Amino acid sequence: MTAHDGPAELEAQFAQWRQYVLRRRELQAVDADELEDHLRGSVDELVAAGLSPDEAFLVAVKRMGSLDELSREFAREHSDRLWKQLVLTGDSDSPVAGTRSRRTLWVMLGCAAGAVASVKVPALFGLSFADDGSFYARNATLFALPWLAAFLAWRRGAQRSVIAVLVALFVLGAVAANAYPLADDSQSVVVTGVHLPIALWLVVGLAYVADDWRSSRRRMDFIRFTGEWFIYLVLMALGGGVLSAFLFNTFAAIGIVPEEFISQWLLPCGAAAAVVVAGWLVEAKQSVVENIAPVLTRLFTPLFTAALLAFLVAVVWTSHGIDVEREALLLFDLLLVVVLGLLLYSLSARDPLAPPGPFDKLQLALVVSALAIDVLVLVEITGRITDDYGSTPNRAAALGENVILLVNLAWSAWLLLTFVRRRTPFAALERWQTGYLPVYAAWAWIVVLVFPPLFSFA
Amino acid sequence: MKVTKDLVAASATPMVLGILAEGESYGYAILRRINELSGGELEWTEGLLYPLLHRLERLGHLESSWQSVAGERKRKYYRVTDRGLAELAEQRRQWDTVVGALRELWHDRTPLAVNGLGGLA
Repeated sequence: MTAHDGPAELEAQFAQWRQYVLRRRELQAVDADELEDHLRGSVDELVAAGLSPDEAFLVAVKRMGSLDELSREFAREHSDRLWKQLVLTGDSDSPVAGTRSRRTLWVMLGCAAGAVASVKVPALFGLSFADDGSFYARNATLFALPWLAAFLAWRRGAQRSVIAVLVALFVLGAVAANAYPLADDSQSVVVTGVHLPIALWLVVGLAYVADDWRSSRRRMDFIRFTGEWFIYLVLMALGGGVLSAFLFNTFAAIGIVPEEFISQWLLPCGAAAAVVVAGWLVEAKQSVVENIAPVLTRLFTPLFTAALLAFLVAVVWTSHGIDVEREALLLFDLLLVVVLGLLLYSLSARDPLAPPGPFDKLQLALVVSALAIDVLVLVEITGRITDDYGSTPNRAAALGENVILLVNLAWSAWLLLTFVRRRTPFAALERWQTGYLPVYAAWAWIVVLVFPPLFSFA
Repeated sequence: MKVTKDLVAASATPMVLGILAEGESYGYAILRRINELSGGELEWTEGLLYPLLHRLERLGHLESSWQSVAGERKRKYYRVTDRGLAELAEQRRQWDTVVGALRELWHDRTPLAVNGLGGLA
């Protein structure tokens, strides 16, 4: 080693050591600065005592003791650091990141305010919750989701063409919800009410993947986003419920009944804002509840598998086909959707490079049993369509969904089987699921746009 | 002979406060001073020193500031506060009591081994 490259090499060693230190969650950048200063003091002294920089570094690091012990002691003093904290003030390490997160906060607040305004504007034109419930039911998702999409598109710096497509799709959704002459009690209203949110949610997905909508990884990110968003939304709904209960009861205790305020303002405005805030929370702090949704899927995949298998065994045991009311048929569809959600979410939470394990086999069992149930439901629906009443919007929509699910589940089962037997990489399964998302979108839009005229607005 | 871990831990706070009462200082220098004061018998680790400094700062006994000394790298200096001095005085009273009691015990009597045997006999 020449005298010249000595210091440079030493600096590289310091940099590397710093990297190791910063990987510990208990230690922050300022602690690393302080400890590095300590290490440098130690090295300087050893060099002064006659050691080469290399030796001095090794001895100094050794004297410092293991990082494990060090971070354990730090963890004892700074246990709060293990709880990642939500930073609302933009008090970040770098001032640039700080202003960016502050600006994101303002844009989010603007979008949330927009969602709140969207909920309340129709009331100015005489459309009240009490009298026009059906209007609000049809348009519920149209109030908030465009604002969430706007926030995400802003975050991604979406191109004009993408923004134009987003606007066009939301306008199309608004037309589908309001332009058709549907009676409030017609089947098509219900069918549209179920499918429009799905169609619009996938439009939000387009805003989410705006920067690279072809990428399978980005679509997987959207699935992940969906899971986390949903959990935040549920948490906020719980908090909102508690707040409403306290408001109602404390005011009622002093003789003011704030029922109208809660039902006309707090609940609708809070719900609309929560849709945007939840999206922002996922974006701002992907790491706060990063482990909750995967843990939930891990918990519920075995339980759902057991439930489905038990049901199938019971079907075979009693040799009883599914013969139920319409509502119960819908229940089976919902069940299949939940299974699909579990599958999608656990795929998105999985390390794609990990080898197949017991959990993948469990998933295979889940998918196969869901597939069997789907076939049973399909048999039942086809039987109904050929009966006296023929095909109704409801039955046609259910039939289509079950066929789409059947195709997805069947191919997923095949891919999972080959993955478990180590014939195909996990990425094939991931690509299949993310590539299938547009199919759901297309079907949802077909139901919303084509079904009402097709069934002459029944 | 090395001082046991428990004793090191128990004496850590007054030690640090006492050193900083001499004047502001930084981690590495504090560790060197402890080494010097004890003739190398007190074994402190960084895992003991830095979390302790942070704790005392959180409790308001210390203040810290980053300073760059004469074109050198930045360094975090600690300074004892009035609260810290009060704490030091309190700890000193307690230590004086303990040390006084032990001294009483060990200096006014015959050596322990002889005394012990005498007691048995």
